[in-house]
Amino acid sequence: MLLTKKSDGVVAAGPRLRRLGGAVLPTMDRRTFLRRSGIAAGAGAFASQLPFGSIAPAEAAAEGQGGGKTEVKRTVCSHCSVGCAVDAVVENGVWIRQEPVFDSPLNLGAHCAKGASIREHGHGEYRLKAPMKLVNGKYQKISWEQAINEVGDKLLALRKESGPDAVFWIGSSKFSNEQAYLHRKFVSFWGTNNCDHQARICHSTTVAGVANTWGYGAMTNSYNDMQNTKCALYIGSNAAEAHPVSMLHMLHAKEGGAKMIVVDPRFTRTAAKADEYVRLRSGGDIPFLFGLLHHIFKNGWEDKKYLNDRVFGMDKVREEVLTKWTPDKVEEACGVSPAQMYKVAEMMAKNRPSTLVWCMGQTQHSIGNAMVRASCILQLALGNVGVSGGGTNIFRGHDNVQGATDVGPNPDSLPGYYGLAAGSWKHWAAVWGVDYEWIKKQYAPNMMEKPGMTLSRWIDGVMEKNELIDQDSNLRALVYWGHAPNSQTRGKEMVEAMKKLDLLVVIDPYPSATAAMAAMVRKDGVYLLPAATQFENTGSITASNRSIQWRERVIAPLFESQTDHAIMYAFAKKFGFDKELVKNYKIVKPTEGKFEEPENESILREINKGTWTIGMSGHSPERLKLHMKHMNTFDVKTLRAKGGPCDGEFFGLPWPCYGTPEMKHPGSPNLYATGTPVMDGGGCFRANFGIERDGQSLLAEDGSFPKGGDLTTGYPELDHVLLKKLGWWDELTDEEKKAAEGKNWKTDLSGGMIRVFMKNHGNHPFGNAKARAVVWNFPDPIPQHREPIYSTRPDLVAKYPTHDDKKAFWRLPTLYKSVQEKNKDIGKEYPLVLTSGRLVEYEGGGEETRSNPWLAELQQDSFVEINPKDANDRGIRDGEMVWLGTPTGAKIRVKAMVTERVGPGVSFMPYHFSGVWMGKDMLEYYPEGAHPIVRGEAVNTATTYGYDSVTMMQETKTTVCQIAKA
Amino acid sequence: MARMKFLCDAERCIECNGCVTACKQEHDIPWGVNRRRVVTINDGVPGERSISVACMHCSDAPCMAVCPVDCFYKTEEGVVLHDKDLCIGCGYCFYACPFGAPQFPQAGAFGVRGKMDKCTFCAGGPEANNTADEYKKYGRNRLAEGKLPACAEMCATKALLGGDGDVLADIYRERVTKRGKGADVWGWGTAYGPPGQQPAAPAGGAKS
Repeated sequence: MLLTKKSDGVVAAGPRLRRLGGAVLPTMDRRTFLRRSGIAAGAGAFASQLPFGSIAPAEAAAEGQGGGKTEVKRTVCSHCSVGCAVDAVVENGVWIRQEPVFDSPLNLGAHCAKGASIREHGHGEYRLKAPMKLVNGKYQKISWEQAINEVGDKLLALRKESGPDAVFWIGSSKFSNEQAYLHRKFVSFWGTNNCDHQARICHSTTVAGVANTWGYGAMTNSYNDMQNTKCALYIGSNAAEAHPVSMLHMLHAKEGGAKMIVVDPRFTRTAAKADEYVRLRSGGDIPFLFGLLHHIFKNGWEDKKYLNDRVFGMDKVREEVLTKWTPDKVEEACGVSPAQMYKVAEMMAKNRPSTLVWCMGQTQHSIGNAMVRASCILQLALGNVGVSGGGTNIFRGHDNVQGATDVGPNPDSLPGYYGLAAGSWKHWAAVWGVDYEWIKKQYAPNMMEKPGMTLSRWIDGVMEKNELIDQDSNLRALVYWGHAPNSQTRGKEMVEAMKKLDLLVVIDPYPSATAAMAAMVRKDGVYLLPAATQFENTGSITASNRSIQWRERVIAPLFESQTDHAIMYAFAKKFGFDKELVKNYKIVKPTEGKFEEPENESILREINKGTWTIGMSGHSPERLKLHMKHMNTFDVKTLRAKGGPCDGEFFGLPWPCYGTPEMKHPGSPNLYATGTPVMDGGGCFRANFGIERDGQSLLAEDGSFPKGGDLTTGYPELDHVLLKKLGWWDELTDEEKKAAEGKNWKTDLSGGMIRVFMKNHGNHPFGNAKARAVVWNFPDPIPQHREPIYSTRPDLVAKYPTHDDKKAFWRLPTLYKSVQEKNKDIGKEYPLVLTSGRLVEYEGGGEETRSNPWLAELQQDSFVEINPKDANDRGIRDGEMVWLGTPTGAKIRVKAMVTERVGPGVSFMPYHFSGVWMGKDMLEYYPEGAHPIVRGEAVNTATTYGYDSVTMMQETKTTVCQIAKA
Repeated sequence: MARMKFLCDAERCIECNGCVTACKQEHDIPWGVNRRRVVTINDGVPGERSISVACMHCSDAPCMAVCPVDCFYKTEEGVVLHDKDLCIGCGYCFYACPFGAPQFPQAGAFGVRGKMDKCTFCAGGPEANNTADEYKKYGRNRLAEGKLPACAEMCATKALLGGDGDVLADIYRERVTKRGKGADVWGWGTAYGPPGQQPAAPAGGAKS
């Protein structure tokens, strides 16, 4: 009775182009597979070569039309930093299908739930569709013209009354590089440093801690390079949910024999794949890492030559860990047994190169800056930094949080980590072609070089007593431009601050939780402006591994939305600095109903022209587009192109890609790799902290230098004096000499000095120095364990107290000891540790992904994980509703998930939910038809005070709560 | 002629649900209908494993045997399909299926009169390939376009494989060899018969 389908059926159309696409790769050897299944390499590569004639005309066909113009646009998923490429099939301007890009060396066609459903952005059913204004507690539609005028007038009036610092501009890690950069420039021309973005609450502690250790604050290697590791230790990273496609590379390594260790308070989905799982007491990272180091030093497993040649201050750290972090003290502070500590230390030491991965589990603590340095120190001791298969693989969060950190809205720096000193301003003024004095006049007196507030603290910028803040006026207006509010702590206080503001503006593709929270406490003074998504825009983004990819525009901005940079330009016109803002840019003529916008390519060229520090100078739009087109030529393990038009270059020119685009630097796949020549992407540690400390040289020892360099000793960073001293000055052209005179490698706009130093002589422009195990300019030069502000362990608070309070820190008084002291017995009332993290289906604050029905269906409730012991002690059963209360007085109502995933005394909540406020559905407060499908309690409604002592990172990963049956 | 099969490698599945949403978006599957699901055992404790499950397109498909109106048919490539015009929504196939594949939606494009819906291996239905009618009832027909099922093509870790059974077995054999240990190929024995009857059985043996 087996029927067979008629011959005009299944087999009729088209060649079996991808006989086994999904199956591709037994492990990773995609090319072998393609050969075996008879597909020529490159066929089906660029999707435009696919037989589109045979592709179903989708919706159009379903509606009985069909026959339209079909195009394929290559874009990149916007939900995490892996950078998964997507081929979007567009018919008559409608996004009808998405196809995997098997050629992408980063994701090989793979997607998680978010990437596989990215096409929902072509529907945008629950988007914010038109500009809106809160009138009498309800959102009403207004025109763009009215919106720009009213918001613009109000902001200008506030500026006049209270100065430019009265406005806080929260930018976005979901901006493209061009938009992020333009946002920083825009805010500067407005006249304030009060701007920030998601990196503050994501990896700010990493950026500060890691850059201060060895030069740059980014992931040193790449997801792909993890294929080359022998042992990977994940601490505070749940990659299987937060960066699922990265697991493709790790599992490949594991199948080849690499060991995998996961250290986390939760037995995560990542832990389920590990060879060794270590249950860590939340916040015990430093005792754990230094506990490993104790065994390493005790057994002589450290890389002695490496430490001698390339590291400063390790002797002091050694002394400290050998005396202070003995196995018993380690166990007391982090809960890991001496036997397991020894086992893990041995695994890391005897399977080199070994790599270390961390994410928010490590960064989001009041001592995050010290934790990340402890991780770096461990890797330095093992000699793992600067080698393939090693490194600190720091996974960033958003698709462009790396790029926005590099060139975007940061309160303490201009694009490219230039800082805020007068010289930095003059550098950028020259690149922008505007007068330095003019910019200075835009600022309030003496505020131009003072770092702004951070987004984690805007609440206090509004609410703090005026005499205690380090600027004239309190914050009076807030612009949430592509950022969720429910990803920040202290939600209960946040709505109070929202209430107090004069003006709140939300610019976002979705109304976001901000709209609903504001409407809950206000009657007016809120504006919502619909922004376009990145699928409605072109531009570059920087993946976590520093590879830069170029997105094509898939569809025109839906509804009445405008691209972010078009909105910036429109406001610049209103504020009267449009000519200065777009001086170097081509302007793209508007289509119907849309604003004119600066051309993305010309913005990128301006970025190239000024961003020498991190080598974002070589990424011309042409080079990036060429890489996107020829993805198939790049090797998956090395990311290097073999042959083809990008021969020898690394995919996406991972920064630093030094010099001008013409210099053809190939990008740097693994940072600080002395075994590789600089013009092949090699390097060394940066000379950024002087050349001497306590009578010891900070430069690398003789014989340690990037392979093939003419200078074989340590050396300081390149400037005109050094180049002259070395006798290489005359290798500059006359034109270059003029530009380079009096400059250093970061400010020479010709790029001539870099060319001569790197290309002609094989040396590194940022110098050749030692990494710092002791960062003397930080509160704890050697990382110290300090208990979280809210701890359930008074005995440990007594032993490891937090910092003293700070007076004016990022313009605000910041409390440490006084809060910890007051709450040292808080564990009696709130005995459970509360930590938070990601779910694979959602991203960030979650409004965008919870508005996608394909994702929303998979996670419909906000929940708290609680150990069976704690649940039974409280009479709570799995699936029941519970009240979770914290010391802030907030109580949130969520579903209990009783599971041994968390240990006794620990509870976990995902942080993606919003739309329910302490038991009440906020549906009525959203603009009609623009609410997320799934709404739930936000964990951050209930989270507590606590900020990192260097960067103001919020402490979300360790706080306290009590849970009771609802 | 290739014999199409699915294989889910539990060593690799990370329960990211990429296969689930790939399926949903490719076929515009309405809320509440799940042609593919990820099942996790030992959730949250050591030994946690996940498997992506949908219709396995069995060699001797029990659904076909029990259907009172004979609405099932098998393509030359071994894909088990059904005719929604014949289906009476009785649910026998659901009881017979060892994988819980048949779905009985009550509403939406797939739910007319509660007709059964299931994974088609992205091969559509009895209507002419890639017609609006076929799309409406069964979703896209990727096989007719020379592509493989969207779920397998987009799998985050290449855990879920879909395609020619011989090639799948080769790939899996290579993985097992590299890992140096055998593994369960969940569902293969149930779906495609005992190893002896499977020329393309993967190394390490197939267990259900």
